[in-house]
Amino acid sequence: MQNQKLAKQLMKKSKTARYERFGHLLSLSALLLIMAIVLGIIIFIATKGLSTFFRDNISFKDFFTGVIWNPGTKTPSGQQAVGALPMIVGSFLVTILAAIVSTPFAIGTAVYMTEISPKRGAKILQPVTELLVGIPSVVYGFIGLSVVVPFVRNTFGGSGFGILSGTFVLFVMILPTIVSMTVDSLKAVPKYYRQASLALGATKWQTIWKVVLRAATPGILTAIVFGMARAFGEALAVQMVIGNAALMPHNLVSPASTLTSVLTAGMGNTVMGSLQNDALWSLALVLLIMSLLFNLMVHFIGRRGAFKK
Amino acid sequence: MTEPILSATDLDLFYGDFQALHGISLDFDEHKISALIGPSGCGKSTFLRCLNRMNDMIDGVKIDGKVTFHDQDIYSSQVNLVELRKSIGMVFQQPNPFPFSVYDNITYGLRIAGIRDKQKLDAIVERSLKQAAVWDEVKDNLYDNALSFSGGQQQRICIARVLAVSPSVILMDEPTSALDPISSAKIENTLLELKKDYTIIIVTHNLQQASRISDKTAFFMEGRVVEYDDTTKMFVNPDDKQTEDYVSGRFG
Repeated sequence: MQNQKLAKQLMKKSKTARYERFGHLLSLSALLLIMAIVLGIIIFIATKGLSTFFRDNISFKDFFTGVIWNPGTKTPSGQQAVGALPMIVGSFLVTILAAIVSTPFAIGTAVYMTEISPKRGAKILQPVTELLVGIPSVVYGFIGLSVVVPFVRNTFGGSGFGILSGTFVLFVMILPTIVSMTVDSLKAVPKYYRQASLALGATKWQTIWKVVLRAATPGILTAIVFGMARAFGEALAVQMVIGNAALMPHNLVSPASTLTSVLTAGMGNTVMGSLQNDALWSLALVLLIMSLLFNLMVHFIGRRGAFKK
Repeated sequence: MTEPILSATDLDLFYGDFQALHGISLDFDEHKISALIGPSGCGKSTFLRCLNRMNDMIDGVKIDGKVTFHDQDIYSSQVNLVELRKSIGMVFQQPNPFPFSVYDNITYGLRIAGIRDKQKLDAIVERSLKQAAVWDEVKDNLYDNALSFSGGQQQRICIARVLAVSPSVILMDEPTSALDPISSAKIENTLLELKKDYTIIIVTHNLQQASRISDKTAFFMEGRVVEYDDTTKMFVNPDDKQTEDYVSGRFG
């Protein structure tokens, strides 16, 4: 009698168990939905982007090494004019230059915020960097167009539109990303490293330079890669200052273009299924693959993090 | 009676309004191991950190009184903190090697002091690691990350890192409390070897450890030194009732 009662009690489906199941299903379905969307996007872009090569019979070589971009027309030598090299070069140039210019400023700012004056850092610099993140890219582009472009024109000559202006605008845009992530990685350096260094007779500066920054290097590299990913994918602000000429850049002040700027400029003007349209999708595919590569880099650097035991 | 190498006179320390140390006066003899014992929060670690001015970094700390090292006042404004900390090294409670190779850890103090000569560095690395009794365990892996070694090995690497800059005094803040008994025993043996060349002041929670290795023992309570005497006397026949209660395990 007692046992039967207990068995019944144990087998009864409780309300909390139902909630448990429901919650489980809810989060699982959310996950599945997101995965389906991401996979769908990748498959869509891949089929579209690859049809340039497999349906329109453009060779990979012509696409990645050709320097004339005018899909639908032919180059003087008789090939289809779908050379994407100028845009690929443009994208990489602005990205790498912006990262090179930003990194020293970002590390300097981050060191000030964490090591030299944490109080002032938290009070003034933190809100400022957060504000920089929040400014819409069209505003950055507008400022770039009305301030940076004339400045470059007057200082370096040319039209002012080009890689250099793009670099300047991207420099400000990726700075907060790199700063805030570098701050996080400096804060993650245990306090006892600093104490050990000071106790060995190091000055504060030696401690920052030789211990803190060195221990935080994987985190700082991750920050730079994230900044580069942002620069690589930025479309609007760059498009407004780079000049949008799909030509190989001769110098830093000649009008050029990036993958994103050609995409934004061209996507409204082509017919679905035409070569012009497919070629744009191929550019999008290149962008997608690049951002996947950036993500892989971040994972790779993160896994080699120095002070994870 | 020899001159003490390091001595504190009427040392008061305040964290803001809270007085953590009350008139501490202690003399430490050269080539001896002195142990500081007492219940948690009694100020022994705080006192230890006064001896190489590691408390300077903490906001709101105020220190009165005098600490002299070879008769020089180390709290004088002309004192070069870098030189002071090279002479009075410190080993911390938690093994804290830098996340670099063993070699880079040991040579850190030398490189920041401007020594670049590779042969000289190699010699000092070998000497320090041997002195810290960890050479045999790391000699084949000098370029591995120091964090890949066990806790006890890491702590001895940290001791070697301090020895490399040739201090005359080594302060140790509970160096074995994070380690297992076997690693602790190895470190204790190391310390007994080291006292031939160095003066060691060690904070410890482990009374047996204090009685095993130290020559003199100071008993701290609530920011005051209750008693300071030869270790044998302190553990066998202390003058003060509180000391007797503490060392015999009646409280603390």
